[in-house]
Amino acid sequence: MEFQDLQIMAEQERSRRKAIRIHCCTSSGCQASGALELFHQLQAAVEAAGQNERVDIVGVGCMGFCGQGPMVSVEADGVLFEHVRPEQAPEIIASLDGGPCNVKQGDHAHPFFSRQLHIVRRNGGVIDPERIEEYIAVGGYQALYHVLHEMSPAEVIDAITRSGLRGRGGAGYPTGLKWATVAKSPGERKFVICNGDEGDPGAFMDRSILESDPHLILEGMSIAAYAVGADQGYLYVRGEYPLAIARLQKAIAQARKHDLLGSQIFDTSFNFRVDIRVGAGAFVCGEETALIASIEGRRGQPRPRPPYPAEHGLWGYPTLINNVETFGNIAPIITNGADWYAGIGTERSKGTKVFALTGKVRNTGLIEVPMGMTIREIVEELGGGTPDGTPVKGVQTGGPSGGCIPEALFDTPVDYESLAEVGSIMGSGGMVVMDATTNMVEIARFYMEFCMDESCGKCIPCRTGTVQMYRLLSKISAGQATAADLATLEQLCHLLRETSLCGLGQSAPNPVQSTLRYFREEYERLLRKRVRINLTSR
Amino acid sequence: MKRHQYRADALIEVLHKAQELYGHLTEDRLLEIAHSLHLPPSRVYGVATFYHFFSLTPQGEHSCTVCLGTACYVKGAMELLATLETESGLRAGSTSADGKLSLLTARCLGACGIAPAVIVDGNVAGHADPEVMRARVRALLDED
Repeated sequence: MEFQDLQIMAEQERSRRKAIRIHCCTSSGCQASGALELFHQLQAAVEAAGQNERVDIVGVGCMGFCGQGPMVSVEADGVLFEHVRPEQAPEIIASLDGGPCNVKQGDHAHPFFSRQLHIVRRNGGVIDPERIEEYIAVGGYQALYHVLHEMSPAEVIDAITRSGLRGRGGAGYPTGLKWATVAKSPGERKFVICNGDEGDPGAFMDRSILESDPHLILEGMSIAAYAVGADQGYLYVRGEYPLAIARLQKAIAQARKHDLLGSQIFDTSFNFRVDIRVGAGAFVCGEETALIASIEGRRGQPRPRPPYPAEHGLWGYPTLINNVETFGNIAPIITNGADWYAGIGTERSKGTKVFALTGKVRNTGLIEVPMGMTIREIVEELGGGTPDGTPVKGVQTGGPSGGCIPEALFDTPVDYESLAEVGSIMGSGGMVVMDATTNMVEIARFYMEFCMDESCGKCIPCRTGTVQMYRLLSKISAGQATAADLATLEQLCHLLRETSLCGLGQSAPNPVQSTLRYFREEYERLLRKRVRINLTSR
Repeated sequence: MKRHQYRADALIEVLHKAQELYGHLTEDRLLEIAHSLHLPPSRVYGVATFYHFFSLTPQGEHSCTVCLGTACYVKGAMELLATLETESGLRAGSTSADGKLSLLTARCLGACGIAPAVIVDGNVAGHADPEVMRARVRALLDED
């Protein structure tokens, strides 16, 4: 494959496009709302109307507005249909020629869409993720070509460093620095791993990216492999995401067929192969050393760091581990330049972040916004507030490792430092909105139960600490706890944070501590109940 | 196993395949896998029991999995689960005595946009309503 071949493929793909292109979302969320049936009905309707020459129905990836699915959009005039039922397909086709149409229409000018900035998700809902030709037609794999032919590995790392990109898995470690460490670590072999073990409940950004644009991730991984000197990559994906796995398998096969993966890519000496590893349901495997253990076929238990995987990773070789969304940013950075990327976002957090906005909010779905947007803007403008107008109480970010941010602090901008300051974390990007009816003690108990179940059992603070904390929270929740219990709970928070082996245990107290910090009265109200019962029984 | 060249690090892949083929993993099957991959049985058993995905007991003919992820949780997944538990007489994570139905829970299906979500026999249903789900579970239980 040469650069010209890429351009020829892109040109061919563009020329075979028909006058009207209708996008039908076929991601997991919309499939659950009947999108596949709708897709077939749309095709049948085009056939029945004799519009085959003019109209193309394309199954595309996620458009983001999952709560309103299934979604259909007409590319040229930007009409957007929501909650489409299969039997409405003929109506949509007829509306192309000005026919009456009663299907609920969405509005692209709505803040939910207009306030977003798509970098990682730019192809989501626009291309067919199951065809490499469509990815190439929008400029795909050109960044990889550019890197292989015109840049040295050091230049690539320098570009990523200057872009200011930080790990999107949660901790926000500078990506360029990580790449540089792997590149300079000595080793006969090196590996690149894409962490797609998105275990946080309430988060589905990575699933959506993998389902909507698998080649973007493969291209990002290839560029990373070239930069650090790796020849083998692994994509670790949760077993709960069968559609993402199927699409990745297809994407890898297509890339291999076109020599975009394999040996001597673009006629250079660069070789890179990618294999998929399917997770088997263990939250702790999102921790990098546990993930490595899992790829090696062992129990997913973390080990102490250092040595970091960058020096001593998979089978003892230097290994680069980045999150799906991080890899998704690589090709755009190469294409548009580091300075372009560094111009987006805040002083220390660059670029955009994809969030899964869910819970008690009118507009649920995936959003990609520039770093630095405030939580209030996200919840109230993009999210549209709560569905029934109940006041918003807070928002939970970062899953079981994150915290709850009360409404009073909604003017906090979303960037790594600001979120940490208010006691939460960026995390992978789950954002669950809670309204006045949500019981915060129950939320803390819910997360603690999660951590208790998911603790791998290797270190004692986490293994037994989470159980004790869960019991205390249950006791408080049942109104049987005393002030002393609450004090013990707080001590345990401190203990787990300081002494656990890995991130799971260290961050397990976060939901408890943040709810205690902002919603302490809810805990105390439950304590007081005990006193009242005692008094009356006397 | 041949496809993975009997490599020890393919253990999880092999277990996935075995469960897909046979529905669940028996002790005999685990021993066989251990033998073929030249691994101690303890290691195979350890891995099989560590991950939630692998089941050492047979699953029901039908399955109903309620998602208990955060988004589903705040949208009433617990009440939904309680309704289904009462209707089926099963506790979450168990299978009915006649092997008809397994009532299961999931950590997060990544379908938070359509919370609460339930999977019935592999098909995801979003915006699940307790009454509708109760009827579906009843139908599965009463099926001949």
